[in-house]
Amino acid sequence: MSVLLLAGGHVLAGSMVSAFDIGALGRNFWALTVDGLTYGSIYALVAVGYTLVYGVLRLINFAHSEIFMFGMFGQYATLMLLGFSPSGNAYQQGTLMTIVYLLVAMVGGMAVAGGAAVGLERVAYRPLRRRGAPALVFLITAIGASFVLQEFVHFVLPKLTGGNLGGVNAQQPIRLVQATAQFHFGNATVNNVEIVIVVAALGLAFATDRFINATKFGRGIRAVAQDPVTATLMGVSRERVIMLTFLVGGLLAGAAGLLYTLRVPSGILYSGGFILGIKAFAAAVLGGIGNLRGALLGGLLLGVMELYGQALFGTEWRDVVAFVLLILVLMFRPTGILGESLGRARA
Amino acid sequence: MPLLELKDLTVSYGRIEAVRGISLTVEEGELVTLIGANGAGKTTTMRAISGIRQLSRGSVWFDGKDISRMKAHERVLAGIVQAPEGRGVFPGMTVVENLEMGAYARVFPTKAEHDETLARVYELFPRLHERRDQVGGTLSGGEQQMLAIGRALMARPRLLLLDEPSMGLAPMVIQQIFRIVTEINQAGTTILLVEQNAQQALSRSHRAYILETGEVVTSGAGKELLADPAVKQAYLGVA
Repeated sequence: MSVLLLAGGHVLAGSMVSAFDIGALGRNFWALTVDGLTYGSIYALVAVGYTLVYGVLRLINFAHSEIFMFGMFGQYATLMLLGFSPSGNAYQQGTLMTIVYLLVAMVGGMAVAGGAAVGLERVAYRPLRRRGAPALVFLITAIGASFVLQEFVHFVLPKLTGGNLGGVNAQQPIRLVQATAQFHFGNATVNNVEIVIVVAALGLAFATDRFINATKFGRGIRAVAQDPVTATLMGVSRERVIMLTFLVGGLLAGAAGLLYTLRVPSGILYSGGFILGIKAFAAAVLGGIGNLRGALLGGLLLGVMELYGQALFGTEWRDVVAFVLLILVLMFRPTGILGESLGRARA
Repeated sequence: MPLLELKDLTVSYGRIEAVRGISLTVEEGELVTLIGANGAGKTTTMRAISGIRQLSRGSVWFDGKDISRMKAHERVLAGIVQAPEGRGVFPGMTVVENLEMGAYARVFPTKAEHDETLARVYELFPRLHERRDQVGGTLSGGEQQMLAIGRALMARPRLLLLDEPSMGLAPMVIQQIFRIVTEINQAGTTILLVEQNAQQALSRSHRAYILETGEVVTSGAGKELLADPAVKQAYLGVA
């Protein structure tokens, strides 16, 4: 795969890049890996939302990127309600209080994103399902819903909040954590922000995996994904499972919203979900859409690969690397790395 | 009062009426069979009883109540449980997980009661116990059918609907499945069975209805129908 990637990169780069900077990749390998895992854990959390909804509805919920964006604004609003205001410096609260505030902000972001996801399902998708609309209509609705949610934050939210939230420009960051180096890993320095992001994401990913694979409600979700008619015959309410699926995806996207703003404090923008959402979708496909563990693995892999690519080809090629990777996977292994395990039986 | 009563049941796929005004009853404790050729409307009738097909006319009565508008997943809780045509085993779940899906809607008052139900299913189908950690998609056809029936029993049904349990199975396995179906019925569970294997089904049923192109053409006691020359010719391959 890496050989292919290099070859592909060479063709794409052509004369614009004189040579691959293999040296930069080698020198910064561990630093790139650490940063890649940080971004990757955020992609992974968002990718779960795409993959679960695809599993039960065979729908690519393109508005999921906006659910993530709502999560960013949700945690921001929570911090404002707690009395914080945008500031150039990080608030010094002591370790314990910082963790408490981070947790509260995360819960705030998760609540807003989870609520938005369930609301989106109710308002946009459920009426279509009742009418038995064709798949294409769902897809167009998803894209439309994506614009509606963006423009809500762009134009409506500032009016509702007296200009404190939303609007054209990114929010000035409220920073609770000052990134400070904690330990060395290979030749990389690992800082506290990276630790918080990776640990929180892994914890949430583990909890989600247990929920889907080892609880009754998770079994209901898998049953609907594998055979919706038989699931109904077992007494599973498909509508309730669909709602639960959107809720789980939304909660994780909301948590990802907080984690992302720790890494990229200037990223809280009405259009700030778009690229990240597409990458998370790519990560879900990379791992095998419909497959929970595939989405988690795909996220981490995509995060790391795009930073290696960035080191090789230059910063401006970072997004390109992510999508070239997606295209290569679709060409050589269309079911993704782990295949569609949540998905329906292939007889 | 019958446990199940269909009154003038009509189900359409677009303009085509697959089931055209069927009326039938199943009494508590009975084993009743629907016999008919492909396309006679047997599976459609079963799906309508379970609520996954809408009625275009008529009604379904269960335990004295009109349940025509009750949602499919609520009917399971009311006591109507189906082992569907083609078995519907969840391919990516283990045998135990599949069985637990049968008990999805049911809230057992105590864990002991849940364990007792599971133990009874394993007693009926020892093979399922041997294979309990195996994934459903890797079971043989006969094992999948056992799993489908066992899973339905996990819901402790008052009315068990079995849609072609003998389909695609070897004669030995068919014998075994029918023996267990009779055993379940004798233990007190009311059963409505759909079958193409008329010989086996009729000899084991209390009563039977014969469907042709969506209508009931004959009904009577299982053994009587077995002796009926017209039935013999059409369904038992006897000239």
